[in-house]
Amino acid sequence: MTEIDRDQILHVARLARLALTDEEVERLGGQLNDILAAVAKVSELDLSDVEPTSHPLDLVNVWAADEPRASLPIEDVLANAPEREGDFFRVPPA
Amino acid sequence: MIDTLRLTAEEAKRLLERREISGAELYDAYLAAIDERDPELHAYLHVVRDGGDGEGLPIAVKDVIGTRGIPTTAGSKILENYVPVYDATVTARCKEHGLRIIGKTNTDEFAMGSSTENSAYGPTHNPWDPTRVPGGSGGGSAAAVSAGLAPWALGSDTGGSIKQPAALCGNVGLRPTYGSVSRYGAIAFASSLDQIGPVAKTVRDCAYLYSIIAGRDACDSTTVDVPPIELPEATDLSGVRIGVPKEMNETPGIEPGVAAAVRVAIDKAAELGAEVGECSLPRSVDYGMPCYYLVAPAEASSNLARYDGVRYGLRVNGGDRIEMYEHTRDAGFGDEPKRRIMLGTYALSAGYYDAYYGQAQKVRTLIKQEHDEVFERFDVIVSPTSPTVAFPLGAKTADPLAMYLSDVLTIPSCMAGLPGLNVPCGLSEGLPVGLQLIGPQLSENTLFRVGYAIEQALGFDFVPERLR
Repeated sequence: MTEIDRDQILHVARLARLALTDEEVERLGGQLNDILAAVAKVSELDLSDVEPTSHPLDLVNVWAADEPRASLPIEDVLANAPEREGDFFRVPPA
Repeated sequence: MIDTLRLTAEEAKRLLERREISGAELYDAYLAAIDERDPELHAYLHVVRDGGDGEGLPIAVKDVIGTRGIPTTAGSKILENYVPVYDATVTARCKEHGLRIIGKTNTDEFAMGSSTENSAYGPTHNPWDPTRVPGGSGGGSAAAVSAGLAPWALGSDTGGSIKQPAALCGNVGLRPTYGSVSRYGAIAFASSLDQIGPVAKTVRDCAYLYSIIAGRDACDSTTVDVPPIELPEATDLSGVRIGVPKEMNETPGIEPGVAAAVRVAIDKAAELGAEVGECSLPRSVDYGMPCYYLVAPAEASSNLARYDGVRYGLRVNGGDRIEMYEHTRDAGFGDEPKRRIMLGTYALSAGYYDAYYGQAQKVRTLIKQEHDEVFERFDVIVSPTSPTVAFPLGAKTADPLAMYLSDVLTIPSCMAGLPGLNVPCGLSEGLPVGLQLIGPQLSENTLFRVGYAIEQALGFDFVPERLR
């Protein structure tokens, strides 16, 4: 496995919407490379014939009755909003 | 005078039913214990001072579990002022049984850690030795139970966050079978692994609390029907087949004192009539940790995307909306969530998915198969829960990988969705050692039976020595 360089760290941070400081890029970048070196151990195994497990239970098609239930009151929904306008969450323009 | 250090939930319930004490007296006794010992331990992030109405038992709840009207931070600055507007299903079930929430317990940020040192609000200290960690991420719940600051508690476990702190604090903790307890209203970390479970002083208390929270919930489609839960009574183990996986009991890094205490417990189980034999889980131990640290961060990077400053939690304004997201997340998340978000985003990104996340999911299949094969021959497998006793605060904070290895023995069964019970089995260097019991899916009754018999035979004193 290849080491991730500074540009890749910045790319991944951008994907994850994290505005890392230069100090964080430096420190987390080093730690990420150490961790990746350890977890890359999974690539030692030849698993071409093995099915992936995404979930430990064999649940298929979990159905629920199609009955409407009350939603949360709008005041509760907005109770933790950092900023609101009327019945909306207010955010800065894109 | 109510001695909260010694009082079990079962005894407290009996005292309440016989009206020997009132609900208010009981609640006040725990508040007094919190006032006396929590300034040193910091098990709680929030204490409910006016919750004493009613005749039910108090319960402490890990701060990743939603509690209506009671702050829920997940140990993170990004949720510093968050107050849930609804109860998690487990919270609601506790309340339906009359239990009263006495407080919210400290946790590593978003349950990511093995020592509670990743809490944005400062670490919890181990009641047996406050210079040491209580384990994590549920160190707050484990410390609260051990120090008599709650009769029992709820925790959450993704790769060991109930079992490992229970081991380090000397109490009983169950990570239930995946799907047996609803996660609705709990703050998600890694959804194919997260489980909520009980922390208690005794196996019977643990089983009773599990019976309150377990079972299918329409609000969590991963939940399943759970067989009736039996409170264990038998003290013999005849007919029980116990497997001792070689790798999990001989892996480098297990302290000699830990291995010795576990050996004593295994010998005791044999004396009680259990059939003990050796078995092997070679790949689960070798590849469990790497597999976990791909799957869990990948899922975390997705789950933690919701913390964007829009609907709840911290907001740090920048120029445009994207900058608002980025600044909010940089200011609100601590180092460990950032590391895991970065690692998970990378492992899921184009060009790397197959090599990392895809491969890890296949390893997960192998781990599950290995356990399935072992359970054809055995009812329960045993090992130390943690390779070490509680380590000093600060010992592993500079080295994330060393911290991750704390969970090398708890992770494999979590990957396979299996239940695991920690039962204290002795002391090493004056600190508790935990025995881990693992069974097939939905075998909780067997784990309780074996755990109870060993607990009775060993007679471990759960009150920390320095507080006796």
